[in-house]
Amino acid sequence: MIILSKLIRKGATELVELFKSDPRLIEEYIVSVYEVIDRVEDLVRSYITLRPLNEVLADGAKVRETLTNGFKGRLAGLLVAVKDVIVTKNLRTTCASKILYDFIPPYNATVIERIIGEGGIVVGKTNMDEFAMGSTTENSAFFKTRNPWDLDRVPGGSSGGSAVAVAAYEASIALGSDTGGSIRVPAAYTGIVGIKPTYGLVSRYGLISYGTSLEQIGPMARNVSDLALLLSVIAGYDPHDSTSLKVRDLNYMEFLKPTPMKKYRIAIIRECVSEGVDNTVLTAFNRSLRRFEEEGLEVLEVSIPIIKYALPAYYIIAMAEASSNLARYDGIRYGYHVSVEGRTWDEVYTEVRSEGFGLEVKKRILLGTFVLSAGYYDQYYLKASKIRKLLYDEFMKLFKEVDVVVTPTTPTTPPRFGEALTDPLKLYLLDTYTVVANLTGLPAISIPSDIVNDVPVGLQLIGPRLSEGYLINLAYIHELKSGLKDLVPTAVSGYV
Amino acid sequence: MSNLDIKIGLEVHTQITSLKTKLFCSCPSDYRGKPPNTNVCPVCLGLPGALPVVNIEAIRAALMVALALKCEISDVLVFTRKHYFYPDLPKNYQISQYDGPGSIPIAKNGYIVIGVDGGLKKVRIRRINIEEDPGKIVYPTGSLLTSKYTLIDYNRSGIALLEIVSEPDLRSPKEARAFIDKLRSILEHLGLVNTELEGALRVDANISLAGGSRVEIKNISSAKDVERALTYEIIRQSKALETGEKVRRETRHWDAIRKVTVPLRVKEFEEDYRYFPDPDLPPVKISLKLIEEIYQKLPELPDQRIERFIKTYGLSDYLATVLVSEKVLADYFEECVKYCGNPEIIGNIVVNDFKRWVDEMDIEVSKAVKILTPNQLCQLVYMLNNNIINIKILKEIIPKVLKYNKDVNTIVYEENYIDISNEEVLMRIIDEVIKENPKAVKDALINPKAVNYLVGQVMKKTRGRANPELTNKLIIKKLKELSGTP
Ligand SMILES: [Zn+2]
Repeated sequence: MIILSKLIRKGATELVELFKSDPRLIEEYIVSVYEVIDRVEDLVRSYITLRPLNEVLADGAKVRETLTNGFKGRLAGLLVAVKDVIVTKNLRTTCASKILYDFIPPYNATVIERIIGEGGIVVGKTNMDEFAMGSTTENSAFFKTRNPWDLDRVPGGSSGGSAVAVAAYEASIALGSDTGGSIRVPAAYTGIVGIKPTYGLVSRYGLISYGTSLEQIGPMARNVSDLALLLSVIAGYDPHDSTSLKVRDLNYMEFLKPTPMKKYRIAIIRECVSEGVDNTVLTAFNRSLRRFEEEGLEVLEVSIPIIKYALPAYYIIAMAEASSNLARYDGIRYGYHVSVEGRTWDEVYTEVRSEGFGLEVKKRILLGTFVLSAGYYDQYYLKASKIRKLLYDEFMKLFKEVDVVVTPTTPTTPPRFGEALTDPLKLYLLDTYTVVANLTGLPAISIPSDIVNDVPVGLQLIGPRLSEGYLINLAYIHELKSGLKDLVPTAVSGYV
Repeated sequence: MSNLDIKIGLEVHTQITSLKTKLFCSCPSDYRGKPPNTNVCPVCLGLPGALPVVNIEAIRAALMVALALKCEISDVLVFTRKHYFYPDLPKNYQISQYDGPGSIPIAKNGYIVIGVDGGLKKVRIRRINIEEDPGKIVYPTGSLLTSKYTLIDYNRSGIALLEIVSEPDLRSPKEARAFIDKLRSILEHLGLVNTELEGALRVDANISLAGGSRVEIKNISSAKDVERALTYEIIRQSKALETGEKVRRETRHWDAIRKVTVPLRVKEFEEDYRYFPDPDLPPVKISLKLIEEIYQKLPELPDQRIERFIKTYGLSDYLATVLVSEKVLADYFEECVKYCGNPEIIGNIVVNDFKRWVDEMDIEVSKAVKILTPNQLCQLVYMLNNNIINIKILKEIIPKVLKYNKDVNTIVYEENYIDISNEEVLMRIIDEVIKENPKAVKDALINPKAVNYLVGQVMKKTRGRANPELTNKLIIKKLKELSGTP
């Protein structure tokens, strides 16, 4: 057995403090993370593109030098895994699609600029469902990512690669993106924390669009403190994103308090704990509720009947936007290309898009095209938009009475490979509880609720707009009481 | 043509050339003459992940036009995606505006007043859209048919465009031309569009004749060509209707070189653009305060200027209208008048000589006013007023100045244009003419009108330099001497 540096088990927040007092530790840290990657990556396959160790060490040396000169970067020296849907300058960005297999962006997403500005180092680009369309990471055009808790199970998706990279100690923190649960579902399935911020809190500039009006970039981490740290760095106004909210200088570290910062009233939505929920999930959920009650917090039950329309409304809106957002992939300026000689534009487009896109992506483009077409627009897109508005109004009303809504993150524990894919309806149902936050633009965090039969179960907390601080406060309290932090999954327990 | 029951509607696309940057990114809007694909960024190339941010100045410009065209202005700005696949469109959708569910154009229901056969006519504006210009397809040989490959230049991609759509209120190609001229002048007076720039103003026209179908003509780039293309179409369609042929509903392309329209594609169905509000660009409120502020700052518009020219300078309605039809021309006129007065003389020269030659020689007015500068024109007016040259000479000098780009004084002296007003010199020539034309002299003695012939002979001998009034006076005097009457 190889003995790795003890730095590997340390949280991001702690590491940055260590690096500030001794910048030389950065090198040891980087080498040890790469040693974990060497051992575990073949099993789980988190990364589509992993940067070579020497390049990353060179970046680390630069950070070390700036630290020596008094630099106070909040992420100084940390290795950050980035979902391959976020563009990175001169670093291949594929969206796990054949159509972008060779795309090297000439610019950085705003979140990447901020991470680098704080001394963070991008370690690689992580696997995902193609164009973030999926909940299991099985839809990657390249390979499947496995759940380090049980290699026969999916890690959840679409940010499965980022979740696994963090869960398996192949990076300290990661960026995911969440259109309908894509951060929270894999966070729940891999025993880490992940947050989908309020719509507009984190810049989407450089996030390759799938469902524009629904999605946000968010942090994924092994504990709540690390999540608060990364969120503090990436949140805040960006003039390059017209949907960006005008909020600045956010520091979520202030919410890492062991006691409730206010007398939170917690609501359970009846519709989310009745039908179709696994017993194991329900048991874990109830245990989590008791932890809050023990803190003297009130838990009450409410009903939002319209919630049953959330999933179809979500899929109509997401697919409509996807069909438009993905129109640009035509093989003419970048990405998968075919011979154009002697052929019409339409022939070229047809071949590029038939061969370049995977099945799930094509399915969603076709459905999206249909719901936006003349004569059907009112029946589908407009109606879905109305449901979205009604749902938002319901939640606004609810948040006059309560401070936070809790649900299980997913109705089931992680499916085994193939289990979900064979039944598309079952697959879409994985997102039942998470899409609500995307439709309403509200912030939602997933935290480990319990480990049942050696697989983690997630708890979701949804709050009012810009209530990330309070969600972090509650998550931190739950983490302290449950001890569910910095979990070590079975697949890596021998190494770290 | 008038009995054909013609309906013409125009769709004008004009770039807002006064803007510093493109509509949704910070690339310069001055893309002309740059090496291909150098005036671009992730946003206007539609690269994955890039997002648009609207240029507020473009919205202000659109509001100025909306106010000048007396439109109803929307209280909210909504951008809509219009989808179609074409290689010059990097996202394969154009960010535009739309009048439909969830969408609304920035302005609707306005009008423009044009002059028609001495009267005035109101032409309704259906709507104004703000949208982005696509890139440009370049065929290496200049033609689609003979080129082996296609090049695409995205330098123009994302330039702010206004789409101004009229109702089918126009009844003749001449009216269509008057509409474009008036609109162009309004855009110039607002200081938003330099219409002389290649591709800054593009027109699509639709035309239908009674008993025919609606035909759309694309790619017309000047007011003159709008008139030509429509005239061509009327002849083509009326011929077809006469012979009982069916006029198909179709889109045709104006070939500005061969001066014909050619079929582009037969429209069998309405193309489905799958319009939906762009989720990258949340609706922007347009406040009354903003509209009020822009309204207060509107510059003098063509109609007001025509009125002022008539009142202040005593110009005829005709002269004032022609001058104001082009802002550079009106500015030039006013500068000359400021310099040397004589508004009527200058107005006439600018319209009847300067403008005529500029059109004939096909030079841009903005360039021509730098050749025959107000200073130069005023020198000519001075020479005219002081009998150094006569009006005939002046009319000859103007094209020469424009053609050779020479100083007026140089031309006047080099070409020996100075008016012969010396009586002694003139008398010598008159004596010669009288000797050479005994018959004409006899006629002139009986019929005073025949004197003109003799004056003409003197002008011929002097190549027009003889002062016509003095020559006339001296000949009459000489004739009187000959007839013996005192
Ligand atoms: Zn640009």
